[in-house]
Amino acid sequence: MPKSKPSSLVSLQGVSFAYGRQLVLDSVSLEIQPGDFLAMLGPNGSGKTTLLKIILHLLEADQGRVLIQGCPVDAFRDWGQIGYVPQKAGQVDPYFPASVAETVSMAVRRPANGRRRRGAFERQEVDRALRLVGLEGMTHRLIGRLSGGQQQRVFIARALVNRPSLLLLDEPTTGVDAETQEHFYDMLAGFNRQEGITIVLVTHDIGVVDKHVSRVACLNQRLTYHGSHKEFCRSEAFREMISGGRHLVSHRH
Amino acid sequence: MAALLSYGFLQRALAAGLFIGAVCALLGVFLVLKKDAMLGHGLSHITFAAVALALALNVLPLAVALLVAVAAAMGLSWLRTRAGLHGDTAIGIFSSAGLALGVFLASLTRVNSTALLHYLFGEILAIEPVEVWLAAGLALLVGLVVLSSYRSLLYLTFDAESARASGIKTRRLDTLLTVLAAVTVVLGTKVVGILLVSAMMVIPAAAGLQIARSFKQALGLSVLASLLSVTAGILAAFLFDWPASATIVLVAFLWFGLSLAWKQSRRG
Repeated sequence: MPKSKPSSLVSLQGVSFAYGRQLVLDSVSLEIQPGDFLAMLGPNGSGKTTLLKIILHLLEADQGRVLIQGCPVDAFRDWGQIGYVPQKAGQVDPYFPASVAETVSMAVRRPANGRRRRGAFERQEVDRALRLVGLEGMTHRLIGRLSGGQQQRVFIARALVNRPSLLLLDEPTTGVDAETQEHFYDMLAGFNRQEGITIVLVTHDIGVVDKHVSRVACLNQRLTYHGSHKEFCRSEAFREMISGGRHLVSHRH
Repeated sequence: MAALLSYGFLQRALAAGLFIGAVCALLGVFLVLKKDAMLGHGLSHITFAAVALALALNVLPLAVALLVAVAAAMGLSWLRTRAGLHGDTAIGIFSSAGLALGVFLASLTRVNSTALLHYLFGEILAIEPVEVWLAAGLALLVGLVVLSSYRSLLYLTFDAESARASGIKTRRLDTLLTVLAAVTVVLGTKVVGILLVSAMMVIPAAAGLQIARSFKQALGLSVLASLLSVTAGILAAFLFDWPASATIVLVAFLWFGLSLAWKQSRRG
């Protein structure tokens, strides 16, 4: 398997993408290093979710290269290393008959070495993931009957069940109240510091930058800023974002 | 009861009915939750066209129907995943075209209408031993697929995008599910008929889903509702000289009504 820049967990090199004729990403290059807690900021339609989907190989870049742990994304196989939390809280079918434990266990993957995991071990990992998000007492509850915040925790537990090295979250606090959001960001910061998990958080919430993240990437078709959160607070990109003087791109994704 | 079960044709009817009923319910839970409940309906109309064609050509109807339904299932999957058609639109197109083609062929070639009626309404009390074995083989195959790919199927059903992001080959799995549904519809035509086979993919699953507290329970309760419907339907049809396929579906509808009432009473 070809390797390059093994120090980067994810490497995006000149990535462009368009929905039909609507250009969404224009030559975006970004390196995500192990241990980063990266907030990806940008207005609606700026290409944040599209970029996440390209990293996950849900979408194919029109131009450029995407490497995960040095491996081209189309040849990458160890998807258990990457946890994905979609923007789904509160959107779960309330009548879907999956318990919390079943929702977490559906993501359990056979490791890259191909060895089958035993049932008892899987249950242990599901319990561990639920403990990490503070839902250990809710194993048998139906996912559709939980609040939006609780559902989001279940999805994070599902993303953590394979002990990933990278966690990608797409606007995870949408529809969640302010207090729950605060707990949520604290929890993510804990995963980053204590478990060593690299986190990429797509968000509109500029407030998260100040307290929790170590790196910031600003996207608006192009990468307008990438650096530490301290420098970001003094940057032109930050002032533009605060003043709202930004160019909004309208498209569907 | 023991005397009833001593009849060979009744034994075959029950065996084939139970195998097909279990398979319909198992696949039905995934299809209903994926909002693909009408897939069986569309495939049954395509089966109608295939049977009309086979009768016109005087070749084995089930063999032709299997080939055509599996090809149509793959075409349906392609239309939905690659051509960007919404699931119910693709099913609607195939369903209408299948029915129109069936009527066209039956009318143009003047096929034996009695033979066609047997396929439309089922002929469970005339099941051949080979059809029992085919139903058993299908039940074994579907059981193995569900057991070996249980988590992936559940993930695909719950959230297809996240399932794909986790490395699951969702398109392949979706096509497999559609092809298995096509084979089930074809083999189920002898049990409940082309017109009612899709009901067995929807109603028992819908009944189980009303009261299930987990996904495994939903599968178990749906299969149970289906097996009880088939058994009660066949026995009642034999004892009271009722049409078997309609009785099976009506019993399944009764289970659905009871499970819905039970759910509502627990809420109230």
